[in-house]
Amino acid sequence: MHEHFDRTIERDQRIEPRDWMPEGYRKTMVRQIAQHAHSEIIGMQPEGDWITRAPSLRRKAILLAKVQDEAGHGLYLYSAAETLGSDRADLTELLIAGRQKYSSIFNYPTPSFADVGVIGWLVDGAAICNQVPLCRSSYGPYARGMIRICKEESFHQRQGYELLLTMMRGTAAQREMVQDATNRWWWPSLMMFGPPDAESPNTAQSMAWKIKRHTNDELRQRFVDMSVPQAEALGVTLPDPELRWNSARGQHDFGPIDWDEFRAVLSGNGPCNAERVARRRTAHEDGSWVREAAAAHAAKKVAA
Amino acid sequence: MTSEWPLYEVFIRGKRGLNHVHVGSLHAADDEMALHNARDLYTRRNEGVSICVVRSVNISASSPDEKDAFFAPSGDKIYRHPTFYEIPDNIPHI
Repeated sequence: MHEHFDRTIERDQRIEPRDWMPEGYRKTMVRQIAQHAHSEIIGMQPEGDWITRAPSLRRKAILLAKVQDEAGHGLYLYSAAETLGSDRADLTELLIAGRQKYSSIFNYPTPSFADVGVIGWLVDGAAICNQVPLCRSSYGPYARGMIRICKEESFHQRQGYELLLTMMRGTAAQREMVQDATNRWWWPSLMMFGPPDAESPNTAQSMAWKIKRHTNDELRQRFVDMSVPQAEALGVTLPDPELRWNSARGQHDFGPIDWDEFRAVLSGNGPCNAERVARRRTAHEDGSWVREAAAAHAAKKVAA
Repeated sequence: MTSEWPLYEVFIRGKRGLNHVHVGSLHAADDEMALHNARDLYTRRNEGVSICVVRSVNISASSPDEKDAFFAPSGDKIYRHPTFYEIPDNIPHI
């Protein structure tokens, strides 16, 4: 069985739900998919507050569709996690009990409307960098979910960048908002790729299992190289004095990342960790009577 | 928990003339809610013209473990394929 698993991976074929798989592979997949699903669900919150405050009906409709997509992405991923024998309700319990993590990026606040644009541009841009290679991840249901998600993320990034272009054509105060939001989100976006390769103990095994296709540092570099010309076109400065083109490497050099901040946010001490989880817990608990009523109604219809 | 909603598998017909294809799963209290949830979850961008949902517990599937024994009987019947038959090159339309 183990040999069959190894050969399937080796031939670049997908592992499917009912195949035998090593316990470590199953655990890694469940952890990764659940964290990813939680990130999508928690990720609705930073932007959700702006739906009622968006400056026009057009922006409201776009943002509503975007946040609805995040919910959808969470559900595609919970669906994939369930093919590994996890229960969706259990995963939600683990999230609201603080026992499973989600991306640290969603623990930062969104004080201005420019944050909606910068989240689309940088946060969703980084997510796309991370996720495009996951469309070829070795676990079939995860890879298929990622294909759907990537198609939709492209809309997210473009609406964000377009929003920022519009603001940059506005007043000096609006341009200042865009620069301020860029300053706050740039470094957390770079942290989204995870710890540096030297400190990422799971990377080697995940690469061997073809769950991951590129290391954290490779993807981070790719994201920096993509973002620099986008920032120039937009007319904002990325907040890194050491950021410059290195013609010998054919890539950009960039300054050191504050990994202490990353670890602090990840371990629960970011600006909004408690608020995000509390809100998710409240939503879940407030919805319980609806779930119970619908189940009772369905049971009654079956009995009738 | 008694309020646990059952799992449904979702199949979408992308456009007329194609088969329904499995796209994923969701939870719903009953069939009607499963269809509505499937519409909201899997067809936000005109991905389908028709949706089928079925309770996951009602699906039977072959097991990958018995793949060899299960599919072996067709493996040696190469005469079921048109390429098994040699036809001279000068015979047209065959």
